[in-house]
Amino acid sequence: MTKSKKRDMSKTMKEFLSESQELVETLSRNLMDIDAALKVGEPDPDMINEVFRGWHTLKGLASTFGAETLTKLAHAEESLLDEIRLGRVELTADALDSLLESVEAAIRTLNAIDAAGDVNAAVPATLGSDGAKPAAGAGAAETKGDGARPPQAEIQVELREVVASEVLEVLTEFEEHRLAINVQQGRGVYRVRTRFALQTIDAELDAIKRRLKPLGEIITYLPSTESGDPDLLDIDVILVLNESLAALDAALDGIEAKREQLVPPRVAPRDTAQTIQPKVSSKAPDEQISREPAPLAPNIPAPREPKEGAIVSTRDRAAGTSLRSVSQSVRVDIGKLDRLMNAVGELNIIRTAIAKVSDELRTAMGRRDLAIELHRVTRGFERRLAEMREGILEVRMVPIGQMFDRLTRMTRKISRSLGKEIHLVIAGADTEVDKLIIEELSDPLMHIIRNAIDHGVEEPSERREAGKPDVGTVALTAYQKGNHVLIEVEDDGAGIDGERIVAAAVLRGFLTPEQAGSLSEREILNLVFLPGVSTAKETTELSGRGVGMDVVKTNISALGGVVEVQTELGIGTKFTITMPVTLAIIPALLVSVDGDTYAVPLNTVAEALILSPADVETVMGAEVMTLRGKTLPLCRLDRFFGRPRSGPLEESSRVVVASLGQRRLGLVVDNLVGQQDVVIKPLGESLAEAGCFAGATEIGDQRLSLVLDTVAIIEEFFAIGEEASRPTPIPVVG
Amino acid sequence: MTSSYLVVDDSRAMRAYIAGALRASLDCRVDEASSGFEALRLFPRGSYDAVIADINMPDINGFELIRHLRASVLKGGVAIVIISTQTSQRDVDRALELGANLFLRKPFTPEEIVRAIKSCTSGAEAAP
Repeated sequence: MTKSKKRDMSKTMKEFLSESQELVETLSRNLMDIDAALKVGEPDPDMINEVFRGWHTLKGLASTFGAETLTKLAHAEESLLDEIRLGRVELTADALDSLLESVEAAIRTLNAIDAAGDVNAAVPATLGSDGAKPAAGAGAAETKGDGARPPQAEIQVELREVVASEVLEVLTEFEEHRLAINVQQGRGVYRVRTRFALQTIDAELDAIKRRLKPLGEIITYLPSTESGDPDLLDIDVILVLNESLAALDAALDGIEAKREQLVPPRVAPRDTAQTIQPKVSSKAPDEQISREPAPLAPNIPAPREPKEGAIVSTRDRAAGTSLRSVSQSVRVDIGKLDRLMNAVGELNIIRTAIAKVSDELRTAMGRRDLAIELHRVTRGFERRLAEMREGILEVRMVPIGQMFDRLTRMTRKISRSLGKEIHLVIAGADTEVDKLIIEELSDPLMHIIRNAIDHGVEEPSERREAGKPDVGTVALTAYQKGNHVLIEVEDDGAGIDGERIVAAAVLRGFLTPEQAGSLSEREILNLVFLPGVSTAKETTELSGRGVGMDVVKTNISALGGVVEVQTELGIGTKFTITMPVTLAIIPALLVSVDGDTYAVPLNTVAEALILSPADVETVMGAEVMTLRGKTLPLCRLDRFFGRPRSGPLEESSRVVVASLGQRRLGLVVDNLVGQQDVVIKPLGESLAEAGCFAGATEIGDQRLSLVLDTVAIIEEFFAIGEEASRPTPIPVVG
Repeated sequence: MTSSYLVVDDSRAMRAYIAGALRASLDCRVDEASSGFEALRLFPRGSYDAVIADINMPDINGFELIRHLRASVLKGGVAIVIISTQTSQRDVDRALELGANLFLRKPFTPEEIVRAIKSCTSGAEAAP
């Protein structure tokens, strides 16, 4: 094989991976929709067929590309789904558990393939699962009793008697089955013939689908060539009608369509006035249920600006839309975007250098005209560069709903395994966040939700006593606030008992009993983020081992975010995660401290002020100032970094007010240097331990600057036993 | 002479796989359609030697596509290769009855699809 052919193969391999991942994501969403539909009745057969087709396509792909584990899994699932869609096996909640587990297994398998670059990579086993779950138990679903349905052959005979062979001969087995079921149930079957222009057929057909779907079940679309014009195509929609003929005619009003009865109805059609209007509901019953107002506890706020489609389970399921949306999007390796962003960062440095030359030229040389021209060109360059940066940032942004899908699946699993029914309310799924943040945030969020269900939400009996509904509510809300994205996980459970936490912290030696007595409410709650201090009364299998809230906090801090907790006993608990919108490039305030320049991420800066020594007071040994009537603790950065410099504040000092979540801290610096967009580069291992820096950045002139990790500094500053741990002195850069 | 093929499958990785296999071994142009409709749109505009189509597709399935292509006045003589993971004999029979030249079961190797195309475009007896 030649080299170029080899490259082709690896490209198709990537295509295989990315398409498989998309398929699995869609499978997961479809199964969750089916779950919602199951709770109120029968899921739309289309939805089940969609899942079947998903596994079917995945099986074809996996076998073609030699991914054996995935092929076996997809084969088992496809067979099971085939039985379900053909009505031979009943779809129960338990069967759905197993189907969802298989989706998880497929995700693990694909991740392993992706990581190893090998289609037959070993799949790591996870807690309570056996690796890739090679053979999904078809036994998980119950085979329907013999009497449930007449055998296939019998139905076919009957169909042949009533349906023209020209229709029957092109039906797939599933289509034939659906037709047979409907004919058995005495519904009428119609052929609706419409003429389409080939060029616009997709959009036009979608419009017809939207009109017809609410009236019954579309079995298939049959193209015919009778038009004689190669640009026109007649399509016969084979429709099982649940509504009256008048409703069908109303739906076809304004469309050039001919209808013909293929099988007469034997039962009276449903005749409800509203369903005549196609806009009422073209969706499966899951729509209606999830549109119901959630049984919110009094303390759970209504989702902010709830938009149509913002709630994950109320996604638009109009048939036929999925394909197009998939083909319009491209999956890009985040590494490629990082490289692009780095290039933009470099360009930015060059821009700074050019601007500097331009400024010098203006004052130093006689060619003022040239200087002005250069200045103008530079400004144009700046604007384009900013556009380019915005563009790349936008590409990195993905709706947080991608992660919510996974969390929804997990919530279902946990609530079933604990026997606690949970109503998960999702809002703000369309909030956009940096892809990298989404990847990294998923585990911490999962842990918080798990905690909420396991420890927060009480047993149904307890809830009844407390006058709460049996079903617990967990609200997952995301929204943007300035340069931050806030994600809240709120439960209507028992709340966190402060006394118990304090006792646990004392027991673990984090606090002396004396210190414990003087803690503020917020300080007490923050103790849950210490290792070994749990919010649980007792350890359960789910939440009590492995990572704790301390790990959650560490992970979130590593991303430049903070997590805060609010609780009220008997009412509920709310965890709020505040994250920067992006990690790639940030606007920063450059400040100088003792001759060195540091960059402070601007998204953590509330304001900057001139500090007069007269404003500074000392309260309990700490320097503070009063800002608009509120006390602002001051942190002298030079001392904080361990620089051997102290004494009274200088007259010209500045204070940068850093704020994160609800906490504010005044960072005392010598001077403000300017504002600049910086690309943060990670520090080497030796420097990484100096925890108060997020990284380093170039600020032009080949000068380096350390980027402050404002989160870490604030935490460090307010940490209990403040004097005990100071960061190691930092080396001087520059 | 450069030949020309139309690959119809809703999976883009599968299309890329087949197109890659054909281009690597045959002097040909390969068009791709992600749905039956797209195939119907492309079909009258290209003079294809063969159409390679999946059975299980949304909206119009492979059977409907075969019948439509066979009924087409202009290009009734095009070779049709059906590819599917479907294992039921019913589907194989149905596809062949409707006028497909060959039924190729997934998974297949690049060599197999090339051989299949060669066998039904050269007028030779289709391999089982």
